Amino acid sequence: MTQAVHRQPLGLRVLSSGFLIFWCIVAAFPIFWITVMSFKSPVDAFDGNAANVIFGPATLAAGKGISILDILVYLALAIWMFRRIARMLPDMVLSYSPQGRQWLGWLIGAAVTGLVVVVTFFALLPAVLNVLNPLVGPLGRDVWGFTTEHYQTVWVDRGFFRNFQNSLIVTLGVVTVSLTVGTLAGYGLARSGSTLAFWILIIALVFRALPHSVLVAGYLPVFINSAEILRPILGDAAPTLYGKPVAVIAVLVAINQPFTIWMLRSFFQNIPAELDEAARVDGCNHFQAFRRVIMPVMWPGVITTGLFSFLLAYNDFLVTSLLLDAQNQTMVPAIAGMFNRETTTTDQVVAVAAAVSITAPLFILVMVFQRQIVSGLTAGAVKG
Amino acid sequence: MKFKTFAVFVGPSVLMMLLFIAFPLVSVFIQSFKITQPVYETVQMETCTPGFLTQTCVTEEKSVPVLDEAGEIVTQTEWVGLQSYINVLEPERAWAALSAGDWRAFQSIDFWKALRFTLTFTFITLPLVLGTGLAIALVINNAARRVKGPVIFISLLPFIITPVIGALSINWLFRGDGILTATMERMLDRDIALFAQAWTIEILMMVYRVWHVAPFAAIVFYAGLQTVSSDSLESALIDGASRWQRLKYIVIPHLMPLIVFVGMIHLMDTYRVFEEIVGFSSQGHVISLQWLTYDFLQPDQSGNRSISRASASAMLTMVGIVLLLIPPLKRTWRDHRGSH
Repeated sequence: MTQAVHRQPLGLRVLSSGFLIFWCIVAAFPIFWITVMSFKSPVDAFDGNAANVIFGPATLAAGKGISILDILVYLALAIWMFRRIARMLPDMVLSYSPQGRQWLGWLIGAAVTGLVVVVTFFALLPAVLNVLNPLVGPLGRDVWGFTTEHYQTVWVDRGFFRNFQNSLIVTLGVVTVSLTVGTLAGYGLARSGSTLAFWILIIALVFRALPHSVLVAGYLPVFINSAEILRPILGDAAPTLYGKPVAVIAVLVAINQPFTIWMLRSFFQNIPAELDEAARVDGCNHFQAFRRVIMPVMWPGVITTGLFSFLLAYNDFLVTSLLLDAQNQTMVPAIAGMFNRETTTTDQVVAVAAAVSITAPLFILVMVFQRQIVSGLTAGAVKG
Repeated sequence: MKFKTFAVFVGPSVLMMLLFIAFPLVSVFIQSFKITQPVYETVQMETCTPGFLTQTCVTEEKSVPVLDEAGEIVTQTEWVGLQSYINVLEPERAWAALSAGDWRAFQSIDFWKALRFTLTFTFITLPLVLGTGLAIALVINNAARRVKGPVIFISLLPFIITPVIGALSINWLFRGDGILTATMERMLDRDIALFAQAWTIEILMMVYRVWHVAPFAAIVFYAGLQTVSSDSLESALIDGASRWQRLKYIVIPHLMPLIVFVGMIHLMDTYRVFEEIVGFSSQGHVISLQWLTYDFLQPDQSGNRSISRASASAMLTMVGIVLLLIPPLKRTWRDHRGSH
């Protein structure tokens, strides 16, 4: 009988898969296309003919191309490395990192892997292939227009690396602080059924809906004049908060708090209260129960919430562009500046390369944490 | 849990929210009635340019900012009541334009232009996002198990991408003779300039927003679809319900709470529409309420930020949010009361 519910006429099945394929193309096409554009010379990147953008004849004519050998070697190595990493990294992290400090192991493991990948693909391989290409005849001739010069312009000449560092500081700060503060609050709210807890949650919900520009309008005058305002309290050490990453971290944490506590609360509600009650019967107080019993089992929720905090901080444009000065600019406002300033098509392609650089970490993030992101999206919703 | 323990757990978070959300709100409210300006004084200045035989001298009155001993510009803060609101709303001009039936003149006032766009944008994208999301969820649910993972991965990409970058990437496909504009031109055999007038830009923005949010709706609905009871589907089948009727009378009512949830989140988020304006650089044609506040906060050529006008426009934006939130909050309050 269950079969009958799922049986579908051919027409419907075709329609359904057709729409699925259509949606996948629509979803991926813009991202795929800007990635392709970023590897071409400006003439090719903005060509009206799709084939020219993909194969890049002008890029090739300018002497920037890769040969069949290059493509084969890169592809083979990429696949081999991906498999290798997927198989070896978890084992190595688990066996080498000290007990209870696995996250540190993961962090170091990820950093080392990233470094190895970058060095092999951008330093080692080009050197080796330069020697090999002339030796293999027709296979070594350039056939496909491809250049990484725009990435070089963005990261080296335009100082995008500094923006990347700033983004890293702000994002890491926001994730750490917002999880620490949010976990405590989420636990407290989940275990207390009082009316006060209810009101805190409702007010948090209202705060979540506030446009961020409203809040920034409140911060700006205070932050710009903070040295004078704080002088009576802190003396001459009073800092001007405007332009400081610390101030932006605090602001983004606060903006993110409503969402964080709602989400963590719903995760904590799924952890049975009997668990901490049992711990308290054994003589723990609330904090010990939280630290010894709840913390070991709460990681899935914390990781998911952390991902969303990361996204908020990483993707933010409004707060960072208004509250940070030029030296501390993060990546997203920096690219908007680049985009507005651009005049020539070369500048445009450079901006495209910067956009792809910003998207790449997110792409990896989805790849690694797809399950957590999906569970986070559905957690708040399905329970209402 | 005792109140003291509760306070220790919740304290840091509440403190952050008070300090960085509640306090700025109050301060914006107060700022919107005040105005801080440099003090100007009028001085007579004689400027001379060398000329033949005699110098040409002009004496004119100039207003220059007063400087204090340290060389800083002296500012003064005044209470101006509703002046900033009037500056933003321009009620007289708006009223004159409206009573003359001149929509174009009415739309030349920034605030009303922004409000018009924000509301149209919100209410047009809402059904589109819900519909597209539901359609994607249904086809993912219908797909073979093996392809579900990769399809969800691809679907997440538009959702997770930085909004400014997402808008930019759509922008690059269409701007000038971008690849999709060129394709459309070839198909229709005519010139198309998508960034020359407001309505085409608005359509592109809506397309971007649906592309960006539909995955979220789809994944939430897809999770909901997993919990549809197959018993009721089977009994509906036995009763002779067609596929469409089963969707309409069983699946959609089952998803209703989720549809309301996604709709609410979407209303809150689109009312704050902002990144599209930056990504499409459309400020010449189309602006939104949040962009208006942002623009007031940006320093102008002489480095001044119109904080009081920004505050006024921020407060006006808030009014909209409050109106939007009253119905769901009422419902939550009823549920809470009912559960006790």
